[in-house]
Amino acid sequence: MPVPAGTPDTFPKLLLEHARERGERPAIREKAYGIWQAWTWREVRDEVERLAAGLAQAGLARGAHIAVIGANRPRLYWTIIAAQSLGAIPVPFYEDAIAQEMVYVFQDAEIAFAVVEDQEQADKLLEILPQCPKLKRIWYDDPRGLRHYAQPELASYEVLRAAGEAVVRDAPGFLEARAAEVSGADTAIMMYTSGTTGHAKGVVLSHENLIDSSRAYTELEGLTDEEEVLAYLPMAWIGQNLFSYAQWMAVGFRINCIESGETVLTDMREIGPTYYFAPPRVLEALLTQVTIRMEDASAPKRWLFRHFMELARRVGARLLDGRPVRASDRALYALGNLVVYGPLRNALGMSRVRIAYTAGEAIGPDLFVFYRSLGINLKQLYGSTETSVMVCVQPDGAVKPDTVGPPMKGVEVRILDTGEILLRSPGLFREYYKNPQATREAKDAEGWFHTGDAGFFDETGQLKIIDRAADVGKLSDGTLFAPKYLENKLKFFPHIKEAVAFGHGRARATAMVNIDMQAVGDWAERRGIPYSGYTDLAAKPQVIELVRGCVEKVNADLAADPKLCGSQIRRFVILHKELDADDGELTRTRKVRRRFIAEKYAGIVEALDSGAASCAVEAQVRFEDGRTGSIRAELPVAEARTFPPAAARAAA
Amino acid sequence: MNLRELDAGQVARPVGEVILALDNVSLAFGGVKALSDVSFDVREHEIRAIIGPNGAGKSSLLNVINGVYRPQQGRVTFRGEVRTAMEPHRAAALGIGRTFQSLALFKGMTVLDNILAGRNLLMKSNVFLQALRIGPALREEVAHRRRVEDIIDFLEIQHVRKSVVGRLPYGLQKRVDLGRALAAEPKVLLLDEPMAGMNIEEKQDMSRFILDVNDEFGTTIVLIEHDMGVVMDLSDRVVVLDYGKKIADGTPDEVRASQAVIDAYLGVKH
Repeated sequence: MPVPAGTPDTFPKLLLEHARERGERPAIREKAYGIWQAWTWREVRDEVERLAAGLAQAGLARGAHIAVIGANRPRLYWTIIAAQSLGAIPVPFYEDAIAQEMVYVFQDAEIAFAVVEDQEQADKLLEILPQCPKLKRIWYDDPRGLRHYAQPELASYEVLRAAGEAVVRDAPGFLEARAAEVSGADTAIMMYTSGTTGHAKGVVLSHENLIDSSRAYTELEGLTDEEEVLAYLPMAWIGQNLFSYAQWMAVGFRINCIESGETVLTDMREIGPTYYFAPPRVLEALLTQVTIRMEDASAPKRWLFRHFMELARRVGARLLDGRPVRASDRALYALGNLVVYGPLRNALGMSRVRIAYTAGEAIGPDLFVFYRSLGINLKQLYGSTETSVMVCVQPDGAVKPDTVGPPMKGVEVRILDTGEILLRSPGLFREYYKNPQATREAKDAEGWFHTGDAGFFDETGQLKIIDRAADVGKLSDGTLFAPKYLENKLKFFPHIKEAVAFGHGRARATAMVNIDMQAVGDWAERRGIPYSGYTDLAAKPQVIELVRGCVEKVNADLAADPKLCGSQIRRFVILHKELDADDGELTRTRKVRRRFIAEKYAGIVEALDSGAASCAVEAQVRFEDGRTGSIRAELPVAEARTFPPAAARAAA
Repeated sequence: MNLRELDAGQVARPVGEVILALDNVSLAFGGVKALSDVSFDVREHEIRAIIGPNGAGKSSLLNVINGVYRPQQGRVTFRGEVRTAMEPHRAAALGIGRTFQSLALFKGMTVLDNILAGRNLLMKSNVFLQALRIGPALREEVAHRRRVEDIIDFLEIQHVRKSVVGRLPYGLQKRVDLGRALAAEPKVLLLDEPMAGMNIEEKQDMSRFILDVNDEFGTTIVLIEHDMGVVMDLSDRVVVLDYGKKIADGTPDEVRASQAVIDAYLGVKH
């Protein structure tokens, strides 16, 4: 899109512009000591300047990588800009990554410097120090517990800043001078994709990639510098980086760092974000919480909730889209807004939300419609790290639960015969770091990026994603089998946390299920069913009955779809342990690694397929401290009813 | 107390001189001898454990230290001042803090208010100014609130800051009780079974907090605990009581090897 000449083309230049134009306005807040502490743009600029000078003095050179590890803390954000203004490249890490996972990235990117949040992260780096001889300096934000550490590599953030302060005193305008040397085509950040297969790959994104993507969103949604955004997702995730860092810098709104992972809901209610981004699992957890709390409410409240939610499901989304609705329903909805929807939006901290996005995984249609029916403008978007999350966004007024909207301005999309989606856009990444082969495989000679996702355009030109291109398969009789589609349907039930479907090349579709400990535990308590822990609860006959009900509802749903009715779930097991990223079963963004699971639990998949009544399992588990142990269990395999296409309506 | 603003040298001092000593203390309730002729000392900045079988006189000993019980015989020396007995309000004012086996919290008040109540001794403005929240009282409250927030941050209980204490799980209530005691900025902290009734994870958390309190604030800690693993891991020195008598005193390794202790715990043939 046309950008007037002289418009800042890098993040450091954007920061300097904000410091000039809105210097006294708050740029970032953090809840500390029970109060939201704010820093103005000018304060951020000064802090970044000192930090950049300190890093330069320590030897951080142009093009070098620096690790940033921790939760959303203002100082870590400042580290990112400071590094960028030196032409260095920040590499954010997931804060819950275990030490050994970090080794690969440290070696691959030859990282010499790291800024970390606290003792937990510092300990991990000290542990891998012998394997990463290039790592020279580690600065920490929170000194708690680190007082007696004598390692020469370790120093506090204050030390780094003080060193920079001394430099800046003798050289005013340090930041302006250094920022002028960086151009928009330079690398801004490197993000490692968690990858559902193989080793993590470093995705190289330039300032232009991220800023172009941010500006496309700004234009599309009319973002202003008045937006309030909550910074609560992992910094190593592209979604967080684009919506809380790149757009923050591009637009000049305010970001608010949460106090701790447990206080998100409280913090959100206090801030009242106007622009909100959440992956489906967060929205799902919120809904589960609401459902559980409603079950505890008094009978009249439960009646009100049920009654008005039914109305909302019928007309809420239509109203939001501006489509015609009967006057009587309109009046009832207004009443519902007063007694149910308004208070509920407030309890969710979404009273002021103008635009809410969800992405990262396909979202269950019922979950999606729930938020929209409350009057929250939740929209899906489609994108990935490689595309700077700039591909498709659902347009206001034409949101359909099963599509991700038309391509954004400046994005070209092409679909192969295999169903795979190809695209070209200004947000497209430069390359995979030190991996020309992978770069060539993903990005062909004409610059088309192969997404690996399968989908098609519907009649209105909106893109519909079905599954990963590699995962869409067929049952042995040739019926279409889209595992993620089934899993998403199962996962919408509050009692089911995770599901993995199997069926490609097999006679029937089957599923492995994780129950939601909180929801099912609560359900069991209400019925006086005693249990000792997850494994015990998962094996209770009543729980199996509960899950069977869910599976059968999914089957009834599937029966209504002529294409997918053959892939109804015949048999299922409730897994004895929760799928966990530490065991390699989920990615760090909590996506199911289907092939790994199929291999690891080959015995269960076999039993599901063979018709055996139960199967024995032994699983390796990795504890948080890195030790391993094993769990043994006898899992019952349960059958589920299926429905012929004609009977579907009656059963549903 | 704000950790960010202090140098390493200002806190976390090594174990120093004797700060608290009991000499030949005897305590009896009628004919029941709770303590007979017990002497032991606590050095500054150390973690000192008191262990022993049920009814050995451990809680009585803590109660003598902070003046709830008056011993019939013996002396209590705290920071150089010798007394025949301590008074509870003197103990608090001199910097002896305490948590209780049966929690000393206001169940109907929030976590924040409970910990703030722990700072009562340090508040100077009078009750009328406080009630009206004007002038110096308001400034003072802001300063105290800041300290309380430090403690909340330290104990990682931000998420329940405004929850009513009575509704929290037991493990968290124990943590709040510790916070309440810490709020008074004690020199010596007496912990009466800080880990009773906790699961393993809660015990690990609590152990870490006790070590951190000792480490970061330099607080001297005297604790009673039944979990031997915890005691042996945490403490610098251990004193063992049995039937009101001291039967051993020394480092965890010395105590573990002592025949008298083994006999007291495992029983002995007569």
